[in-house]
Amino acid sequence: MAPTINWALDLLVGWVGLSIPPDAAVGYVLAALVQVGMILNLAAVGGLVFIWLERKIAGRIQDRLGPTRVGGRFGWLQTVADGLKLLTKEDLMPTSADSLLFRVAPYIGVAASVAAFVALPFAGGPHPFVVQRLDIAVFFVLAVLGLEVFSIILAGYSSASKWSLFGAMREAAQVVSYEVPLGLCAVVPVMLAGSMDLVTVGDVQRGGFWNWHVLNDPFTLIVFCVYFTCATASVNRAPFDLAEAESELVGGFHTEYSGMRWSFFFLAEYSSMLLVSLLAAILFLGAWHGPVPLGMNGEGWLGSVVGLGVANYLGNLLGLACLMTKGVFLVIIMMWVRWSMPRLRIDQVMTTCLKYCTPLAAVCFLGATAWQAAFPAGLLWRPPTPGLVEISEQKTSPGGAAARSQGREPLEAIGYALPPLRGFSTEAPQ
Amino acid sequence: MILASLVTEPVGVAHYLIVGAVLFIAGIVCMATKRNLLGVLMGVELVLNGANVNFIAIGSPYLRGDAASVGLDGQLMALFVIVLAAAEAAVALAIALNFYNTVHTIDVDAADQLRG
Amino acid sequence: MIWHSVLFTLFAAIACGFAMAVVFTSNVVRMAFYLVISLSATSGLFFLAGADFVGAMQLMIYVGGTLVLLIFGVMLTAQQRFVQMRPSRSEVLLAGLLGAALLVLLASAAVGVPTWRGSGPKAAALDEPPLTATPIALGLLGFRVDGDPDDGQNRAGYLLPFEIISVHLLVVLVGAAYLARTRLTAGSLAQQPPGGFEQDAAEDRIAEVEAIAADSPGTEGPPT
Repeated sequence: MAPTINWALDLLVGWVGLSIPPDAAVGYVLAALVQVGMILNLAAVGGLVFIWLERKIAGRIQDRLGPTRVGGRFGWLQTVADGLKLLTKEDLMPTSADSLLFRVAPYIGVAASVAAFVALPFAGGPHPFVVQRLDIAVFFVLAVLGLEVFSIILAGYSSASKWSLFGAMREAAQVVSYEVPLGLCAVVPVMLAGSMDLVTVGDVQRGGFWNWHVLNDPFTLIVFCVYFTCATASVNRAPFDLAEAESELVGGFHTEYSGMRWSFFFLAEYSSMLLVSLLAAILFLGAWHGPVPLGMNGEGWLGSVVGLGVANYLGNLLGLACLMTKGVFLVIIMMWVRWSMPRLRIDQVMTTCLKYCTPLAAVCFLGATAWQAAFPAGLLWRPPTPGLVEISEQKTSPGGAAARSQGREPLEAIGYALPPLRGFSTEAPQ
Repeated sequence: MILASLVTEPVGVAHYLIVGAVLFIAGIVCMATKRNLLGVLMGVELVLNGANVNFIAIGSPYLRGDAASVGLDGQLMALFVIVLAAAEAAVALAIALNFYNTVHTIDVDAADQLRG
Repeated sequence: MIWHSVLFTLFAAIACGFAMAVVFTSNVVRMAFYLVISLSATSGLFFLAGADFVGAMQLMIYVGGTLVLLIFGVMLTAQQRFVQMRPSRSEVLLAGLLGAALLVLLASAAVGVPTWRGSGPKAAALDEPPLTATPIALGLLGFRVDGDPDDGQNRAGYLLPFEIISVHLLVVLVGAAYLARTRLTAGSLAQQPPGGFEQDAAEDRIAEVEAIAADSPGTEGPPT
C-alpha cells in the first residue's frame, strides 16, 4: 500500500516540480495511519452498533421493546446518547487506589483487543485484505487476545475494593481454565489447513459450504462448539461473566470506574467479541467464502466481464461482506446466549472448561487427525487451492531437492503437506 | 551523537547483545536485592529473557547475514529456554506456596530454618 | 533514517527501561506489571529480528506465565505489610555497583567484535516478513531446511531434545501440582494461626494451582 500512496503523491507533487521516491517515509506513515484508522473505526463503530443491538435483542427476548426514543422508532442513536452521557460524567478514583495501575488498566484492554485485529484478514485470495499478513497469524491473535485479561486483573487489584478484587481473582481462575481448550480447538483447523496463516486457513475452505472446516468431519463440529464456548468465556460474556457478576459483586472489576474509563472496558469487550467471532468464522465457517461458490477472487464469470484486477477487488468486497455477516451472526448468538442462560458459579466454570471442554477438545483433535489421515482429500468435491497447489507442484518442497541430491528421501516422505517456504531455496544446488 | 546514530545506522548483533546485557543485569540485581520471593522469581525471568535476546540476535538472518548466522538454532534454543522458563516458574511457584504456608510470609530472609 | 533502527530503539528503550523499573520499585504488583511490559517489548524485538514464531511464543507463554506470577503476588501479598518490602541500603548499593561493573564488561565485549556491528544492506531488506513456523516445526521433528548441505553445514534436528523437554515438562507439572497440593491436604489446615487463610481460601487456592498446572501443557507443543 505504501508504494501506491507514494506513487499517487509523486503524481500530485509533480505539478510543482517535486518528486517522491517509491520508498519515501511519508507513504509508509500514511499507509500505517489509514490502516490503524480503519481498525480503530471497526472497533469503535462495531462497539456502538453492538451495544444498541444487544439492547434491542435483550428487549425482544424479555418481551419488551428496548430503546425506542433516541433517534427515531428503533432507537438508533441510543448508544451515541449514552456515550455523550459517559463523556460528561465525573472521572472518579478511590483515594486508596493504586493510581498508576488504575489509570492504565482500561487502556491495556482496548490496546490488546484492537492490536489483535492487525493480523486478522478480512478477505483472502491473491490480494488479501489484511494489515499485516503473518505466517503465525492464529497464534499471534490468540497471544495478543490473552493480554486483555491483564486489564481486568490490574483494574480489580488497583481499585482497592473488595468487590473488584473478587472479580479479578475470578477472572484469573477463569483464564487458566479456558485458555487450554481454546488453544486446543484452534489447533484443529490449523492442522486441517496445514498452515497457521489465516489467509491460507480461509482459502482452503473455498468451494462450498461442505468444504468448511466445521463440516469437514463430525469431530470438527464438536470442536467448533467447544471453541465457541471457550471464546464466550474468553470475552467474559454471560454465562461466563463472573468477573463482573453484577448481582453478586456490584460491578466486579469495574465497580470503582466511571465515565470514559468505564466505557473503555466495554469497548474492549465488544471489539474482542467481534474478534473471536471473526476468528471462529475464519477458522471454522469458511471465512470469506460464501456457502456456494460466488465467483470471488477473479475466477468465473465476474473476471471475464470486468477484468481480473477489478474482479479481484470486487470479490474481496464480497468476501468481506460474507465474513462480516458470519461474524455478526456469531456475535448475535453470543447475545442470545447471554440473555437466555443463567450465570455459572466459578467452580462450575472451571469444571466446564477443564473437566469437559479440555478432554473433549483433545479427543476431537485426535479424531480429526485420524479422519484427515483416512480421507486426506475429504469426502466431497473440493476445488484446488492456490496456496496448496504450489505444494503439490513443487513436489519435494523445502530442502527436498537438497535431500534428493544427498540420496535421502525427500521431506514429503513423512506424509505432511507443507505450505511453500518463501526465502528458502527449493532448487537443487548446482 | 550516539542517539542520532541509533536511528540512522543499521542495527547489528551488538545492539541486541547490549539489550540482552541490560536485561540480564537487571535480573541479577533484582534477584540480589529483592526480599520478596516473587521479586526474586521475576529476576530469574528477566535473566532468562536476556539470554533469549542473545540467542535470537545471534540466529537472526537480518542482523548477520545468512552465512554468519547460526540459522534456526538460535530460535530453537530460545524456544527451549521459554519452555524451561515456564517449567521453572511452575516449580518455583509451588515452592513459594509451600514456603508461604510454612512461614506465613514471602520474605526470603525468613528462610533460615536450616541454619546450624 | 532507517525504520528498522527506529523501531528497534523504541522497543529496546521500553524493554530496558521497564526492566530497570522492575529493579527499582518495591511494590510487587507494579513490579509484575513492569515485567509484563518489558517482556512484551522484548517480543517486539524478536519480531524485528525476524523470529516471529518465537515472538508470539514469548507473548503467549512468558507473558502468560508472568500473569500467573502477578496473580500470586496479589494473592500472597494482599495484606498491606507485604506490599512494600525493602532491602537495606548497603545491599542495594553493593548490588548496583556490581551490576554496573558487569554491564560495562558485557557491553564492551558486545561492541568489541567487529562482525557483530550493524551491516547495511542486510538490515535494510526487511520488506518480506519471514516464514519461520514451518522450518521450526520441521526442526523440532528432526528435519532442518535451513543451511546448505553441500558445504558440510548440514545441521542437526531437534527431535530428541523436543521429546525430552516434553517429558520434562510433564514431570515438572505433576511435581508442581504435587508440591502445592500435599502441603494443603496433609498439612495442618486446622492448626492455622489466627490471621491465616481460612478453609475456603485454601480450597480456592488448590483450585487455582490445579488450574495453573493444567494451563501450562498448552505450552508444550507449538501448534504448527
